[in-house]
Formats: sequence, structure tokens, C-alpha cells
Amino acid sequence: MKLKMKWILLTMVITISTVLTACEPLLVLDPKGPQAKTQADDIMLSIWLMLGIVIVVLAILVFVLLKYRASKQPKDYEPPHIEGSPIVEAICIGIPIIIVIFLSIVSVKSNYEVEATPVGYEDQEPLVIYASSSNWKWHFSYPEEDIETVNYLYIPEDRAIEFKLYSYGPITSFWIPQLGGQKYAMSDMITTLHLAADQPGEFMGRNANFSGAGFAENTFEVTAMSPAEYEEWVEEVHETASPLTEEKFEELLEPGHLGRSTYTGTHLEFAPPPEHDHGSANTDGEEDSDLEGHEEHDAHNAEEHSNH
Amino acid sequence: MDFFDRFAVPHPSFLIYASMVGIGLTMLAIVVGITYFKKWGYLWREWITTVDHKRIGIMYLLTALLMLFRGGVDGIMMRYQLSMPENTFLDSQHYNEVFTTHGVVMILFMAMPFIIFFFNYLVPLQIGARDVAFPRLNALSFWLFFMGMGLFNLSFIIGGSPDAGWTSYFPLAGNEFSTSVGTNYYMIAIQIAGIGTLMTGINFITTILKMRAPGMTLMKMPMFTWSAFIANVIIVFAFPVLTVLLAMGTMDRLFGTNFFTTDNGGMDMLWANLFWVWGHPEVYILILPAFGLYSEIIPTFARRNLYGYKSMVASMVIISVLSFLVWAHHFFTMGQGPFANSIFSITTMAIAIPTGVKIFNWLFTLWKGKIEFTTPMLYSVLFIPLFTLGGVTGVMLAMSAADYQYHNTMFLVAHFHNVIIPGVVYAMLAGLTFYWPKIFGFMLNERLGKWTAWILSVGFVLAFIPMYITGLDGQARRMYTYSESTGFSLLNMVSFVGAAVMAIAFVLLVYNIYYSIRYSPRNIGSDPWDARSLEWATHTPVPEYNFAITPQVASTQAFWDSKKNGHELYKGDIEKIHMPNNSGLPFIMSCIFFVFGFALVFSIWPVVIVSLIGILACLAYRSFEKDHGRYISVEEIKETETRLRGAKK
Ligand code: HEM
Ligand SMILES: [Cu+2]
Ligand SMILES: [Cu+2]
Repeated sequence: MKLKMKWILLTMVITISTVLTACEPLLVLDPKGPQAKTQADDIMLSIWLMLGIVIVVLAILVFVLLKYRASKQPKDYEPPHIEGSPIVEAICIGIPIIIVIFLSIVSVKSNYEVEATPVGYEDQEPLVIYASSSNWKWHFSYPEEDIETVNYLYIPEDRAIEFKLYSYGPITSFWIPQLGGQKYAMSDMITTLHLAADQPGEFMGRNANFSGAGFAENTFEVTAMSPAEYEEWVEEVHETASPLTEEKFEELLEPGHLGRSTYTGTHLEFAPPPEHDHGSANTDGEEDSDLEGHEEHDAHNAEEHSNH
Repeated sequence: MDFFDRFAVPHPSFLIYASMVGIGLTMLAIVVGITYFKKWGYLWREWITTVDHKRIGIMYLLTALLMLFRGGVDGIMMRYQLSMPENTFLDSQHYNEVFTTHGVVMILFMAMPFIIFFFNYLVPLQIGARDVAFPRLNALSFWLFFMGMGLFNLSFIIGGSPDAGWTSYFPLAGNEFSTSVGTNYYMIAIQIAGIGTLMTGINFITTILKMRAPGMTLMKMPMFTWSAFIANVIIVFAFPVLTVLLAMGTMDRLFGTNFFTTDNGGMDMLWANLFWVWGHPEVYILILPAFGLYSEIIPTFARRNLYGYKSMVASMVIISVLSFLVWAHHFFTMGQGPFANSIFSITTMAIAIPTGVKIFNWLFTLWKGKIEFTTPMLYSVLFIPLFTLGGVTGVMLAMSAADYQYHNTMFLVAHFHNVIIPGVVYAMLAGLTFYWPKIFGFMLNERLGKWTAWILSVGFVLAFIPMYITGLDGQARRMYTYSESTGFSLLNMVSFVGAAVMAIAFVLLVYNIYYSIRYSPRNIGSDPWDARSLEWATHTPVPEYNFAITPQVASTQAFWDSKKNGHELYKGDIEKIHMPNNSGLPFIMSCIFFVFGFALVFSIWPVVIVSLIGILACLAYRSFEKDHGRYISVEEIKETETRLRGAKK
């Protein structure tokens, strides 16, 4: 009776989840770019492997519970004293070790992949976009195009994008699930996120790290389009948008929610992004490897990209 | 006026006013009740001033149960808020306060006292000791913890709750972005409670190392004592980090230092690093004793010895070391580069190996056993598959590249509840049911107990499995609302229903306690489960001195050997027993700490100074105090023993 309940429960959960996954793919498992693809593949691989482990454990458990329950045994049965067996224990350690080694290799390989220019896009110069958050908005600066947008992002498809992330306030996390995983934007340093879209489309983007009262609505829209359309858009902005002045930018930084807006020029000129010195201005700023080794910022700091 | 403004709740709502009235009336009822029944003297003599580890344990238990309900109500409120898109039950500010208090209350003021209750009640009994090494310090630990808990809970009535998450990341938690006193409460209340916990750690390490019964070598200790020992070692290494961290955070908030601010050299990442240097070991402080409890319960009801004792111990030692080497998996996305991420990814996955060993050892303990499905056993066998599920999703999270997609989403929320509820909460409920007869002298009703376990599990699965899916669909954690178009609503509704079902289970638990107090038979003897380790070898109720004669131990399951193999536990004659005297000082000093903390929260400096002097005066008084305890005479012991033996029948 009790075991039956467990099975009913289990089948219920599995059917619910398959039905739901079948009718509309989950964002993370519906990648539209190489980085998200790497991550989705890892996720599916680990789901299958882990499902295997859960099923094995469950099977052993159900087996021993059925076989050795008291009601099934003779009254005078005295369970034996068993200390343990080196062979059995070696197997129980050995198999998990093999699984962990395998997953470690996959994990390390994928991590290097998602932290570099996407595979297949290495030959082209990435498009650099500075994405900075302020309570509770996103500012996107395109230094190459000399454009700045608020709360929306137009990107060309099939082009590597290098996001430079920082924040005018609490730590936020820049996340476009269908293009790739998130990364933090912080006030005292720049982090780099490499993404690319391999097809046109509209994607959800948001801040994933809690940043106060307006956090839930701290979202932005991402549109990937053909390079031609993108060029057209850039042209159009230069013709129609007004320039971003320092006062206007200060105004935009005020806490609150805003709709989309577009400007020519970027705030990078009068409000340069934070250098990565961890604020230790009067000591040797780059020697901060004790707690975290942000190697990558040294390689790609803001200077390097200012001449794109 | 400005001064009084700070005491006002910044975002009052009907809910808060209603709870204020509720709390006020309850307090009044308690005070009136105690006065009416003339119990103040009893309360003071028997409980407030007690240094008896068993009574201190029970006070931890009551606090934990109270906080379980407080935190549970928060959980339900969150689930209700999210059950429909664009729900307006809570606004964003309230939601933020609710998940912050929920996290803090559940981890620090519910799970921690629950395991410390087990440390207190069980460890001395399991090792055949009369008390803990420092009974007075133990009382002080409890009262400091209690005052910290009280101060934290005061926040939503006076001045406003913290709202920066239980992780309280800076700069969000700094003055610039969190302007109410909420985060001051967070810093100071946790600090006071944390000092209590740190002292508990020292106390129990000493107790376990120094006060074991003759014959009980380290490798003959019962498994729960082993887990308690290791957890306390972790406490002693991890909690000082918390102390320093909170002190730095407090200084940032109260004195304008710039440890974690956005300018003047502050490093927000330093907070995250130090927080998790404490925070990750903290989850093992909770889970290892839970493992210990399962390792007591499963052999008892499989009627077999624990399989692989040595590998159980070894795996705990390895886990304790690894737990300090994985903290950065909480912020793979902070831009520390693939090399650092790889290291933390591998160390994290490595923890799965010793954990897997434990799961297999429990499975092999069931093998060839004679399994009885009592309530504690039911929790334990439900724990195995559910916890395995939580464990494997942990391995998934440990893959750093994939974590870029899981981080800060409901997937993570599902994962940690999936380990912490079957792991810690089930263990506590199992342990509570298991040890209830030892503590209170009657059993909890088995039928109601089993219903509770099943309902809780159904609710749990419904509440948390959907979150894995919505997480993969892009639902970030800590979002107070979402729009219809996201498509999260159906699963979030399921999740709310699950949370409601879990609530039913907890109500049933309370009903079970009430029902059993009224109807359970009292003549159950001192070993109702036919158990195996030393705590069952003494009378029920346990006399003040625990064991009239110190037992002699020869194996990991001393009591079982004495029952089945004719091993003689008690050799020699009864002698007079030395016991410590009760003392009001720990309570008084903790009250002053409370005042000190409250004054700090609101920066009322004169009171801060006066209470600080008060604390120092208490310390000075204690150091000159001459109190050598007292002796219980042989006649008195013999009398108690005869009476208890009579009670057994
Ligand atoms: C009783 C059933 C429970 C329910 C329905 C529940 C519900 C929730 C929900 C919905 C959240 C997510 C808040 C958000 O991200 O928006 C949450 C967060 C959390 N829960 Fe629970 N929870 C329960 C039990 C527990 C227990 C037993 C613990 C720990 C012992 C716990 C610890 C936490 C922590 C640490 C957080 C994170 C808070 C934060 O983000 O700052 N919960 N819970
Ligand atoms: Cu940094
Ligand atoms: Cu961790």
C-alpha cells in the first residue's frame, strides 16, 4: 500500500514534467547560440547520468525493503553482524569516483569554452558591448557603433559578442538564458561574458541577482537580427536618436524603472567603467590573488577595447 | 521625532499589524498564565537558571519548533505570493523581507538549535557522561543564542526586517541601498547567537574528548557522537569567520568604515567570499548530525549493526575537510575565470564520493536486516531516495559552466531544499520521534506519525520538484512576481499546493504531540524501541545525574551487547556524585547582551556603553565567584534509582 503510493507519486511527477517539457521547451534547454548549446548539452548529459544514479539507489532500496522487512521473515530470524567488506566498499567508492572524474573533465572543458570566444567564431573580431546595470535598469553601450540603449539590446546574429559587465549599485547578474549563462556585474570591476546568437529571434534577458525592491522587473529584451538589419538599425539610430549627455545619463541612473530608450554616443566617454583594482588604489592593485584570481580581467581590461 | 521614526516599521501592512497584535496578545497570555498558576519561581529555579544539559536541550528544542513554524509561515506566504502571476498579496518590499527572514530563521534559528538540542540531549548520554564539560558555559550558550533569536524576531515589529537576503550581499546590504535598521538587526542578532554557537562547539569538543565512559575509545563512539564531534570541529573553524565578517559588516553600517562598500576601497566580493567560507561549512554542520541520527535509527530498526562503521567515520572526516574547500561554488559567475572555477567545481563534486559511501552503507545496513517500519524508520527510508535526488542535483550545480545557467534560479532553490528538508528536517523529525520517549516518558502516536511522514513527503515533492523545471525555464529566485507570459504560473500553483500540504503535515505533528500527551501510555520502560546505544541504558525519565554508576563500554553498541551478549555495563558501587549548581548569571548576562544588541541596532550609544559595562561586570563577578557545586549523596541516588525502577514497570 505504502510502496504503491510512492510509485503513483513518482509516475505523477514524471508525467507532469514530461508533459510540460514536451509542450514548450524550457528556455535553458532551448539554446539559440553556441554557449547556451554547450551548457544545455552538459545539463542534459548530467540529467541522464544522475537519473541513472537515482534509479539505481531507488531500485536497491526498494529491493532490500521488500526482501528484508520484518513481516516477511520468520519470527526467530536474527540478523547477522556484518562489519563491512573491503571489496564492496571499494566498488561503492570506485564507481562514484569514475563518474566524478568524467563529469569533472566535461565541466572543466565546458568552462574554458564558455569563458572564451564561442567555438566557430574565433576568426572574427567580437562585437564589444558594455552592459551596466543601475537600480533597476540596463544600459548598453556600443562603443564601436557609438550608440547607447536602455533596457533593450539589438545584436547581429552569427557574430561573437563580448559583453563587458559592471554595475552602478548592488551586484547584479546579466543573464540571457537562451544565449548563455549569467555573469555578475559589480561596481568595482568589469567582468566579461562571451555570447553569440546563431539565429535571429527575440530573447528574454534579466538581472538574475537580487538587487532590491525593483529586482523582479529588472529585465531587458534582446533581439538578434541579420547583420544587414543590424547595420540598418545602427544607421537609423544615428539619424534619429538624440545624443547622450552627462546630465541625461545622471538622470537615467536615478533608481526606478524606465522603458526603452536610445541615444547616440555612449556614457563611456564621461563615465568610464571601473578599472579592476578592487579599490585598493594606494597599494598594488593587481595583486589580489589571495581570495579570487580574476585573471581574465587583466587580459581584457577596458583599455584594450577602447580602440575598437 | 527623527529618533522615534527609526523605531517605526518602514513598510507596515495589515499583515504586520495583525502579527504585532497576535504576538502582543500571546505574550500577555503567557505572562498572565504564569502569574496565575504561580509558576515564576518554578520557571526560574528549574529552567532559567538550569545548567542541566537535558533541560538546556529541551529549551533549544522548544525554540527550534517555534521557529520552524515562524519560518514555515514565511515559506507559505512566499509560495502563495508566487502561485499566481502578478499577485498582490505581498509587495516587493515585503517579499524581500519575508525571504530574508525565512532564510535566516530556518538556517540559524530553526535548524541550528534543533541539532544543538540533539547535541545537548544525546551526546552526554551516548558517551556515558554526567554532563557536558562546561555546564555553565552551556547555559550561557543557550541564552545568548536565545537572545539573538529574540532580537532578530523583534526586527519586524520595531524598525523593520532585513531585506537583503539571508546572504546579505554588499553593497546591497550597505547603508546606501538598505536604509532601514533591518540589516543592523541581521548583523547583531546573528552575531550574538553565533557567539553562543561557537562556545557550544568548544564545549562539545571538550566533552567528547574528555568525558567518555571508560572503554569508549574514539572508534567505539556511537555514530551520532562522531557526527556531533565533527560538526563541532567545523563550528570551531567556521564560526570565527562569521564573527569577523559580521563585525566588519556592522562597522560598515554603524561606523562608516568601507570594507564592503562601492567606493573608498570597499570590496563587495570580500563579503561573498567570507560569507561562504562560513556558509558552506555551515550546511555540513547541519547535515552531518542528521547523518548521525540516521545512522542510529536505521540499525535500530533494521535490527542489525551499522554497516561500514569505519568508512562512515572516514567519510565524515573527509567531508568536513572538503567542506572548507568549496565555498566559491556559490559564485562561479563572479568572473574568477575558468581555472579557479574548475578547481572549485572538482572539489565540490568530490564531496559526492564520501556522501555516496554513506548512502550505500545505509543501504547495506538494511541488507539482511529485519526491517520494521516505525515512524523514525519511515522518515529514514524516505530520506534515502529524496536526499539522493537532492545530492545529484548538487553535482549538476557543481559543473561550473552549467551553473552559469542554474545560478540564482529556482533550480538552486529546489536543490537546497531538496537536500535540507529530507536531509535535515526529516532527520530532526525522525530523531524527535525516536527520542521522544526517552525525553518525555511516552511515545508519540505511531499512526499519526506515519501519516505526518507521508503527507510531508507528498507535499515536499509537489512543492519543490516543480521548481527545478521553472528554474530551467528562466525563473530567477527572489522574484516577488512574474508576468502571465512567462508561463510559470501552473507549476508555481502546484508548488503552492505542495507547500500547503506540508503545512498540514506540520499541524498534524502538533496534533500528534497534543494527542500523545493526553492518550499515550506512560508505562513504556526505558527502552521502548529495543535500541542499541548507551543513551537507552539509563532510566526514563533520565535522572539528573544520568547514570548512577558510570558504564563500562566495550563496543560501538554497548547497550545492545549488554542485552544480547551479557556484557556488564555497571560495575562497582554507587558513589556520591558531584554536580554543578544552578546559576542565574548566564541568563542575566544574556539579557544585558540583548539590551546591548538592541541599543547597537539603533545606535543609542549611552545604553551601549552602560550595557557593555554590565557585561564586563558579569564576567568580573563570575571570575571571583566561588562555587564548587554540590554532591548528591549515596542515599539520595539509591532512593531515586528505586523510584525510577518502580516507575518502569
Ligand atoms: C517548510 C517548507 C518550506 C517552504 C515552502 C519554503 C519555501 C521557500 C521559498 C519559496 C524560497 C525562495 C524564495 C525566493 O527565492 O524567492 C525559499 C528560500 C529559502 N529557504 Fe525555504 N522553504 C521551506 C523550508 C525551508 C527549510 C526547512 C530551510 C532550511 C533549514 C529553508 C531555507 C531556505 C533558505 C536559506 C532560502 C534562501 C533565502 C534567500 O534567498 O535569502 N527553507 N524557501
Ligand atoms: Cu574582482
Ligand atoms: Cu556550498
